[in-house]
Amino acid sequence: MTAEPPRPLWCLRGLLVMAGLVSLTLSAGSIAQGAGPTEVASPVESSPQPLMARLLRVIILQDHNTRVVLLGTMMLGMAAGIVGCFTLLRRRALTGDALSHATLPGVGLAFLLAPVFGLEQKSLPVLLMGAAISGTAGVAAILFIRNLPRLKEDAALGIVLSVFFGAGIALLSLVQQLPAGHSAGLESFIYGKTASMTAGDAWLIGIAGVVAAGIPLLLFRPFQLLCFDEGFAASRGYPILGLDFLLMSVVVLVTIIGLQAVGLVLMIALLVIPAASARFWTNRLDRMLALAAISGSLAGLSGSAISAIFPDLPSGAVIVLVCSAIFFFSMTFGQARGVLTRILRRRSLRLAMDREHLLRGIFELSELSAESTMMPDRNPAASIPALLDLRTWTPSQLQRQIRKSVAEGLVWQNADGAIELTGKGRSEAARLVHRHRLWELYLISHADVAASRVDQEADAIEHVLEPELIEQLEELLKREHRGREIPASPHPLESAQRLPLTTSTEHSAVERPATDSAASRGGEES
Amino acid sequence: MNLLAQWDWYYDGMIMLAGVLCAVAASLPGNFLVLRRISLLGDAVSHAVLPGIAAAFLITHSRSGFAVLPGAVLAGLLTAVLTEWIRDTGKVDEGASMGVAFTTLFALGLVLIVQAADTVDLDPGCVLYGILEATPLETVTVGALEIPRVVLMLGGVVLINAVFIILFFKELLISSFDPGLATTEGFHARILHYLLMVLVAVTAVASFEAAGNILVVAMFIVPPATAMLLTTRLSRMILLSAAIAALSAVLGHVSALTVPALFGFRSTSTAGMMTLCAGLLFFVTALFSPQTGAIVTWARRQRLAWRILSEDLIALLFRLEERTPGQTVLPGTLSRGLLTSLMLTRIAIARQKLRGYVRTSDQGIQLTEAGRQAAAALVRSHRLWENYLVTEGIHVDGIHRQAETLEHFTDRALRDRLQTQGTLADIDPHGSPIPEETIGPSK
Repeated sequence: MTAEPPRPLWCLRGLLVMAGLVSLTLSAGSIAQGAGPTEVASPVESSPQPLMARLLRVIILQDHNTRVVLLGTMMLGMAAGIVGCFTLLRRRALTGDALSHATLPGVGLAFLLAPVFGLEQKSLPVLLMGAAISGTAGVAAILFIRNLPRLKEDAALGIVLSVFFGAGIALLSLVQQLPAGHSAGLESFIYGKTASMTAGDAWLIGIAGVVAAGIPLLLFRPFQLLCFDEGFAASRGYPILGLDFLLMSVVVLVTIIGLQAVGLVLMIALLVIPAASARFWTNRLDRMLALAAISGSLAGLSGSAISAIFPDLPSGAVIVLVCSAIFFFSMTFGQARGVLTRILRRRSLRLAMDREHLLRGIFELSELSAESTMMPDRNPAASIPALLDLRTWTPSQLQRQIRKSVAEGLVWQNADGAIELTGKGRSEAARLVHRHRLWELYLISHADVAASRVDQEADAIEHVLEPELIEQLEELLKREHRGREIPASPHPLESAQRLPLTTSTEHSAVERPATDSAASRGGEES
Repeated sequence: MNLLAQWDWYYDGMIMLAGVLCAVAASLPGNFLVLRRISLLGDAVSHAVLPGIAAAFLITHSRSGFAVLPGAVLAGLLTAVLTEWIRDTGKVDEGASMGVAFTTLFALGLVLIVQAADTVDLDPGCVLYGILEATPLETVTVGALEIPRVVLMLGGVVLINAVFIILFFKELLISSFDPGLATTEGFHARILHYLLMVLVAVTAVASFEAAGNILVVAMFIVPPATAMLLTTRLSRMILLSAAIAALSAVLGHVSALTVPALFGFRSTSTAGMMTLCAGLLFFVTALFSPQTGAIVTWARRQRLAWRILSEDLIALLFRLEERTPGQTVLPGTLSRGLLTSLMLTRIAIARQKLRGYVRTSDQGIQLTEAGRQAAAALVRSHRLWENYLVTEGIHVDGIHRQAETLEHFTDRALRDRLQTQGTLADIDPHGSPIPEETIGPSK
């Protein structure tokens, strides 16, 4: 995945579609081996077996039912992971929440109205059709409310969620008054009945999952633009409203197939968590999609496997808990945005800054002493108290940094106890001082920063200056300050104003505040 | 008729009272959830209290409200804290972190409940979708009155919420709109936020048993959102939202009894219908609210469009008359000049005829005296504006379109001022004469 961008993208897309097809064929194969698409009583629940035997049965996929459930939840996790990435990046992670609730009145209505059209009440396609219709109505309602004045996205989602669900509850309460037995199965739309998933359900999940994951993958480019730069997408002529509607419809599709499997609340988890976990590992959308698909299917697979091994644990809940475990793992260790990564990055930046401060400090202090003692040929050296006095660092911080630099061969401690730069350290320090002063000169001559203040300002940014920028600065300033390789400091070096090189720390601690406030006042006046 | 046969003032009255109290209790803190754009936190908290309830069951083996309440409130608070923690530590979008937090807690709750099922009879459906209809079954005698326990409890919650909002009104107001200012004023916006979360959790938990999850989630969001469309003042918004919540609770119970009867069913879920009624009230407000309603603003825009078209019509007639005095014009010519369809032009002509500004004959359309006066004012506004815009240094190519818009919103006083501002007295930048304020009869 190193060549020009389009190819890996296509490879990846192909890979994902392939994976979908493979799992579909796998499930087809496993279902064909079984007893056919009629409901099979869950052997897990009916037969109390020792743990090892159950474990074995699950691992070698001995039961038809276990195979169906495992593959069904796996495909669901994969599809939800892919779709979830787009809703997450569109900052609408909870769209799935609202839309999964919005499907409920459709289910109830379909059940009530099916006899009017001469359809079978309990048939899954009829109920899912109802769910799809009311889900789409929910999408339209969200888009309508969002465009009202004063109300924002969250209110739109909340209103659709609660009102549609309330309507659904009212309708289901009517459904329950129909002759007994008819209402059975509707409950599973709310809580999910993973363990009793049939081969037909798995097929449905497989096909719908491939469609749901396929639409955003085929329309990768427009969806990517929609997620990252809506304005740009609009300027390129993509229909934003249409794409939004399509994205939400895909969410509805994934949701309604997932409702039966894991239930309403837990479906939300599958849409949000794998995508959010994947976000910690990468900054590229294609990789994020792949990771979300993998972690979603992994959660589906292992969640239902665990629940098959331990019948006490409800599978939907276990799938979600596996998802959350993956999430918290990713949040801690994620390569791109994980907490540890960010801590380490900040730490290494701070260490690099300390190192640069040390080298530059020795160099500048010895510059002063060279001027005063007229011994320019000595290697730059500075005493520890003087260094300590230079910045607000603790003695241990300084000592640690000195130890590290000694190990790097940049400095050594000479017989007087002063820290002396080696040849290598000297050239490195010269580079740093050069960079610092270039930036100071730039600030003075081009950003109108007062000379008394420029040291602090340069300090804040010098550590992150790119080499190209340094070159540009050199070019720019060569014309104005030609001459020495390292420009002289444009302001008096701090220590020169108040202390000879080896003064004690207490002395300067008294004087420093006064100097600093004078300096900053000078800066404000300029 | 069916309703009256079933109606029992004590029984239905108590159900309605419980519904109203639940709705009002939720809508009070809900205002701040909607204002702070965390509406869905109500939903998240009310799902995530499940593990708290289950844990409390497991520890105390009791189903009484007082045993469960602390556990549930803690779990609710945990959702808010966990959401914020994930958002800040992981740099995750608010919605996503909320989704992670509450689904995880909910799943944990489900697992716990299954474990608890051996020791306590506990149905998650019962926790999430309480039965409001069962309100009068369990009563407490207070003095001479038999009051349902649920009503007492919800009444207490309403009281707590109302007192909290009254006591901290100013602080809530500032911290909702400007948390930074709140902190500089010397009180911590974050502490207030968590206090609010405690209220949300308490309200959600107290309402569960009585009304179930869905009613309280809806009442957190829908009435405040409705009120927000109607007013921009916080105090009015809170009062309105409470009134709307109470109204939808009453309507909900009545319709739960009557509406299903129309289709041959018995009554339906009261909580569901209360939610639906709140939704309908929101929808009606969204369409017809005087300031922001979608239909109202649409109608207002239509009226303006018609006014502009009719004014453009007489202004066009005036300009044509300037070129050839006394001429009559056919509707087709006018519709081409106005860049609109013939039908719309005919309607505009009919409007102006009704006002007595034009008269029609077989030869075509002509301005009346009154119409000429009105048209002259428009054309005068247009040309004065063009003069003014040129004086302001805008290029001649750009002025016509702006003047075309501005002419419809310029009255006599403004015209008089424009006349003194412009450099040219009686000719516009395109060379056309500027009509006098009152013109004589046409020759």
